[in-house]
Amino acid sequence: MTMDTRLCVGCQACVLSCKAENDLPEQGFRDWVVSETRGVFPTLYQENRSERCNHCEHPPCVAACPTGASHVAEGGAVLVTHYKCSGCKACIAACPYNARYVHSEGYIDKCTFCLHRVEKGQKPGCVDICPTSALQFGDLSDPDSTVSKLLRSRKYKVLKPELGLEPHLFFLL
Amino acid sequence: MEVNRRQFIKIGAGAVGATAFSGLTTRWWGLDKDPVHDPGTEGTKVVPTFCELCFWKCGVLAHVKDGRVTKLKGNPAHPLSRGKLCPRGTGGTGLLYDPDRLKRPLVRRDRRGEQVFEEVSWEAALDEVAEKMLKVRDTYGPEALALFTHGFGGSWFSHLVKAYGSPNIAAPSYAQCRGPREVGYWLTFGQGLGSPEAIDIEHTRCLVLIGSHLGENMHNTQVQDMARAVARGAELVVVDPRFSTAAGKARYWLPIKPGTDIALLLAWMHVIITEKRYDVEYVEKYTTGFEELKAHVADKTPEWAYPHTGIKPDLIRETARFIASFRPASLIHPGRRTTWYGDDTQRIRAMAIIGALLGSWGRRGGYLLPSKMSLPKFPYTAYAYKPKEKVDRPPSLYPLADETLASGLCDATIPGKSSYDIKAWMVYGTNLLQSLPDPRQTKEAIQKLDFIVSIDVLPMEITGWADVVLPECTYLERCDDLHVARYKEPYIAVRQPVVEPMYDSKPGWWIARELARRLGLSDYFPWKDSVEYAMARIKAGGYDCDELKRTGVIRGKPTPVTEEEGVALSFATESGKIELYSKPLEMLGHDPMPVFRAPEEPPPGMFRLLFGRSPVHSFGRSTNNRFLSLADPENEVWVNADVAKDLPGFGGPLKTGDEVVLVNQDGVRSRPIKAKVTQRIRGDCVYMVHGFGHTSKGLTFARGRGASDSELVTRYKVDPIMGGTGMNVNFVRIERATASTT
Repeated sequence: MTMDTRLCVGCQACVLSCKAENDLPEQGFRDWVVSETRGVFPTLYQENRSERCNHCEHPPCVAACPTGASHVAEGGAVLVTHYKCSGCKACIAACPYNARYVHSEGYIDKCTFCLHRVEKGQKPGCVDICPTSALQFGDLSDPDSTVSKLLRSRKYKVLKPELGLEPHLFFLL
Repeated sequence: MEVNRRQFIKIGAGAVGATAFSGLTTRWWGLDKDPVHDPGTEGTKVVPTFCELCFWKCGVLAHVKDGRVTKLKGNPAHPLSRGKLCPRGTGGTGLLYDPDRLKRPLVRRDRRGEQVFEEVSWEAALDEVAEKMLKVRDTYGPEALALFTHGFGGSWFSHLVKAYGSPNIAAPSYAQCRGPREVGYWLTFGQGLGSPEAIDIEHTRCLVLIGSHLGENMHNTQVQDMARAVARGAELVVVDPRFSTAAGKARYWLPIKPGTDIALLLAWMHVIITEKRYDVEYVEKYTTGFEELKAHVADKTPEWAYPHTGIKPDLIRETARFIASFRPASLIHPGRRTTWYGDDTQRIRAMAIIGALLGSWGRRGGYLLPSKMSLPKFPYTAYAYKPKEKVDRPPSLYPLADETLASGLCDATIPGKSSYDIKAWMVYGTNLLQSLPDPRQTKEAIQKLDFIVSIDVLPMEITGWADVVLPECTYLERCDDLHVARYKEPYIAVRQPVVEPMYDSKPGWWIARELARRLGLSDYFPWKDSVEYAMARIKAGGYDCDELKRTGVIRGKPTPVTEEEGVALSFATESGKIELYSKPLEMLGHDPMPVFRAPEEPPPGMFRLLFGRSPVHSFGRSTNNRFLSLADPENEVWVNADVAKDLPGFGGPLKTGDEVVLVNQDGVRSRPIKAKVTQRIRGDCVYMVHGFGHTSKGLTFARGRGASDSELVTRYKVDPIMGGTGMNVNFVRIERATASTT
């Protein structure tokens, strides 16, 4: 997934769309918006980011999970199988991005890239709604996909690259 | 950084679905071991309709499952939403399922000296309203009834009140919002901009925002277009005392001193004209008054503007050149709420004049000239009664206002202030205590009324002042009139009921028709329901009712909207040209060209109160919406970080999250509000999002959250040209909230 910080206005349509799409409990959020301002008046810079699970190449949450509920699905998304999850929160402690929370039904919940939609050829809920089209989702192994093209043509960053987890949420600058 | 090219999740328009179903990639999703959980929010029924969380009217696809609306998505077929929604649009369910909704009709009764609301049947409530309306008509004449309305469902009540015989129908969205803009552009180009505004953000190369905070103001299509423009490399110039979201994307942010925009705009004209950066051919061909304008701005140098605006001369020059370099695809955004300082029509004129100098009216990337699809009106009986002149203004004042002034109708409710008195109010969908300036005046006017009826979805403050409260169902539970849009892609859209009305709420068309029946006006409502009404219009227009019901929208052929596309420019002004110099203004005793007059400064220790919007809320209408409030539960007051270090009486720096109280020049105190200490605002003003600080007991969620700017707007300056109420003229000091205030 790519997230274009130049386009994002921080409106939180992604946050609310995700909540409705995934029928999340009141205090559960799978994505959130960070708005950072740097500088001193009047020389200021702002960056808006829609953040969520980074679906890391080397996910520490999966390594920490004692029951195998957290796993890497084929295709690369990091998922939690609800019935296998004991709610022990080891994954929450392991995740450096604070991407997980305890669902009101006891299991640990997080972004799924809306695979239930992707299976049907639909975009994830946040990508689908985004008024600025700042969010894009696609196949990194396909050089013709929108995300591949964006990553070839634009500067980008990932969050906490020093941890070496190889996140798959790319912030276009 | 290296991108790991391992196989990642594939997505593509339908292609994935096709391969998945073909059975070739059954193991792709690992369906056999860890099933992908489906939250099950996809509707078994999907109903196209259009949104009413704000007034942009985006196309919505409402998903319904087991009789409940599970989610709202953008309708890809609708030109305003293009499959996308803003956060508010996704939150319609929060309105539909708001537990605080008005559920049954209420009538005010005296019980042992105390006034209480009593739940009554619709029969009883409607009988009471009709009886009071007939009494008003018999005693004072029908003109003594005023209708205040905001929102698309108001059309039924406007029709009812016209049939009843009153011309006094107003929306606060004019004199309290976009009125000066319409008049300013109309004076210059012979037409206003309407809604959605006829502007080409998508193709502009330079978007100039004068205090407009697009991106926080989430007009869906405009935000989409702004993002498309930015993605293409278009530039932004933002003039705003606050570092808005848009300023964060701009090449230039000019943190102007509030109230001095006209000085900056005149200096920009000075640079553009003296350096011959205007469109000479366009100006010669289409405008009148150029020589007068040239003389008018000859001494309005950037050096002259600097002490007024605080923007350095070099920066004024540089930005003027920058903006002009992209002409004609340089768009001065007209703004939306433009009622700021009382000289608003003149400020808008200055913006329009720059647009004219840049040749951007009627040009790609500038202002567009769209049209509407033709759709016959419903063949109603002509209104029989010829009412007296409307009473929103004295006969000689504000002849240029092209809509009724809501504030003027409120004034005319105070006995003896106008040619005749307003004695009864019907209030549809607008919380006048937050939408009109100075709520003290509004309350005083209400006390003088014989009768007030409020039609609303939620128990807003205004409903607490009503004699009868009629609970309307939400936009997701009703069919309204058709929306025929003047837009570059013209269309007709329908609002369809998604679910049955909850509780004992009723759609507006039903309420209006039932009142009409009791008032002897049945002839004006000759249809069974609003669906029959809407489909009769569609059939009369020769369109396909089934297509409209199925897709929610009938799209017309795009027509040429620019000179480049073949439109011959013409101007419905007196001179038939773009009027840089306005003779109509001169004749009415106003400045024929914009003149800068320095605004009153806040006294020492006080700050100018500015207010605006959150992307998640539509003023006070949505602050009780629990779903939307998950993303933005209360407002904050923005205070400049340097100022916050040393506020008088604080005994230490003010920090983000500290609770404060704002006290205005008239001693009015706000509810406690949290401070946001930030570099993102000038030190001579503070800012808050409008629509919080509710006091109505019925709003169990919103009540007591944040503070209301409206309460602090006890002063306003009336625009002498069109009667708009400039509301950015209040000053506040900041006090620490004490235990007694919280």
